[in-house]
Amino acid sequence: MSPAELPPWLWFYAAAVLVIPARGPVRGLIALSAPVLSALLLTGVEPGIYFNLHILDYELILFRADRLSLLFVYLFHVAAFIAILYSLRVRDTLQQTAGLLYAGSAIGAVLAGDLLTLFLFWELLAITSVFLIWARRTPRAIASGQRYLIIQLLSGLLLLAGALFQWHDTGSLAFDYVGLDGAAGWLIFLAFGIKCGFPLMHNWITDAYPEATATGAVFLAAFTTKVAIYALARGFPGETPLVYIGALMTCFPIFYAVIENDLRRVLAYSMINQLGFMVCAIGVGTTLALNGAVAHAFTDVIFKGLLFMSMGAVLQMTGRINGSELGGLYKTMPKTATLCIVGAASISAFPLFSGFVSKSMIMSAVLQENYQLIWLVLLFASAGVFHHAGIKIPYFAFFARDSGIRTGEPPVNMLAAMAVAALGCISIGLYPALLYDLLPWPPDYTPYDVSHVLAQLQLLFFSALAFVWLNLQGLYPPELRAINLDADWIYRRLGPGLARAIVRISGNCTDAIAIRIRHLCGRWLALGQRRFDSDTLKTLRTTSTMLICVALLLVVFVVFSGP
Amino acid sequence: MRADHNNKHLFDDPQRVRRLLRFFYGICTLLLAGDIVLHRHAVHPLEAIPMFYPVFGFVACVTLVLVARRLRTLLKRPENYYGAGDEDAADEPG
Repeated sequence: MSPAELPPWLWFYAAAVLVIPARGPVRGLIALSAPVLSALLLTGVEPGIYFNLHILDYELILFRADRLSLLFVYLFHVAAFIAILYSLRVRDTLQQTAGLLYAGSAIGAVLAGDLLTLFLFWELLAITSVFLIWARRTPRAIASGQRYLIIQLLSGLLLLAGALFQWHDTGSLAFDYVGLDGAAGWLIFLAFGIKCGFPLMHNWITDAYPEATATGAVFLAAFTTKVAIYALARGFPGETPLVYIGALMTCFPIFYAVIENDLRRVLAYSMINQLGFMVCAIGVGTTLALNGAVAHAFTDVIFKGLLFMSMGAVLQMTGRINGSELGGLYKTMPKTATLCIVGAASISAFPLFSGFVSKSMIMSAVLQENYQLIWLVLLFASAGVFHHAGIKIPYFAFFARDSGIRTGEPPVNMLAAMAVAALGCISIGLYPALLYDLLPWPPDYTPYDVSHVLAQLQLLFFSALAFVWLNLQGLYPPELRAINLDADWIYRRLGPGLARAIVRISGNCTDAIAIRIRHLCGRWLALGQRRFDSDTLKTLRTTSTMLICVALLLVVFVVFSGP
Repeated sequence: MRADHNNKHLFDDPQRVRRLLRFFYGICTLLLAGDIVLHRHAVHPLEAIPMFYPVFGFVACVTLVLVARRLRTLLKRPENYYGAGDEDAADEPG
């Protein structure tokens, strides 16, 4: 067996182990060599199944390559390289290791040929990535990371339950088209939906990503949600509910983004909005739409990464990330500001930038299939993206009023990582064939024609005009030190409130069930008050043990029940 | 932190900001003219309406911001709403 036939995530896992004892430049070299070596080995890989593991009667497919999975694997290599380069100077073994394991797990998930392998990597994604949040080491990040972990693991359990039903119904665990026909389909759909940020299940993104470290958020933005998009594109293409779910996802977050103060949280809301475009396109399900969805995932990873990197640089250099405390940074961070504007132009789908060549495929596909109202919703969301991500992010961080903060450019490795991403945004914008040639289905589409370009420029410039006008009129909502209620209120306020009420009411009950319920509520309330170190690790250990038990149960089920 | 409060920067000069805005309004006007001069191929019936995109972009963004302002009055809570110690502490600058 040649090294090229080994699953590429092995190189990332190996590098993760090797960076632990390494120090200084050697550590950086090892970390960077993982995506580079792995990408070199991938160049000769043709579609096919390369690596299986037999456990008892069951076959785990660890390396299934086809044009859809390969596109995401290439993308994750680019994203890993950029994120590793960006975090090269981080002196924190925890983050360096977690970042590599996380990137490897994302690659493992998209190469999984069966639902059990997908589940394993799905959970590894959760467990490895939470350390990028906890590494911030603030009480807020710890609490947010715990919520993140619980939601992610819940998604995994739904996937496992769905896989179990699938096995029972069909006798196969192959991960191909799943569809929404039975309980298995719906369970898997929900599992993917949580990771993809479906409405009401989206809050973990806006809760946890802004709490991660400056470098950790760059890793986080690239992988989990895009693995979910890949999984939806493979399992549920053309499922009509996705059209409406996606359209809703493009719309509601932009209202939050306009009034949000934490600029990385604005980016998290805008990420849900971009995911909405992809989800909607997967629901439309034609080859143009699916190409558009995965193309947009590709460009999004790069431009969203660039925006998260620029805001990470601001956070690292100033220690602040709230729009209310920033402004005027272009004076001392002109390079970061310029690179941020490239990312902003790309996410806004300006012609000649990457977002334009991918998003216009989605818009055309939606119109072709006659979803006229949905098209209008997406058009509204497109104008909104420009407003909150394209203008608000660079404007409030780098321009607006002068906050008086005088700092400098971030270290050269961070600038280099941003420059690589910016180059990617511009290259794909100028030569769409770079991306189109990689798409799963041969595309027959030209983004640059007079109608498209003129329409898009009119939409964007007049959105900008609205921003200028609102600002001059003093109508633009000022950045305020405050938070906004979102769906997490349900489990952060309503749930604990109910639990407290139950504890109080059942205080005098001696009934065994009442005592049990009171005990459970008490434990849940205690979870919210934990601190880092031993308690955090305890959460992880308990949840991991639980997962291993459930996974073992599945194996027992598979071995003894048969289809 | 460098003390360069007294240095003049690109947008410190209000005259320059005004010039930039005038340039921006000029581009907007040219784009409006583009709708008359160039033929825009329409797929959606609304696209055929002259000036559809500029009007839509402007109205959409104004609506977005005005609705968001209203929403804020409903949704805004103090930073420590979810518990003490939850408010934002500034990180150490790197």
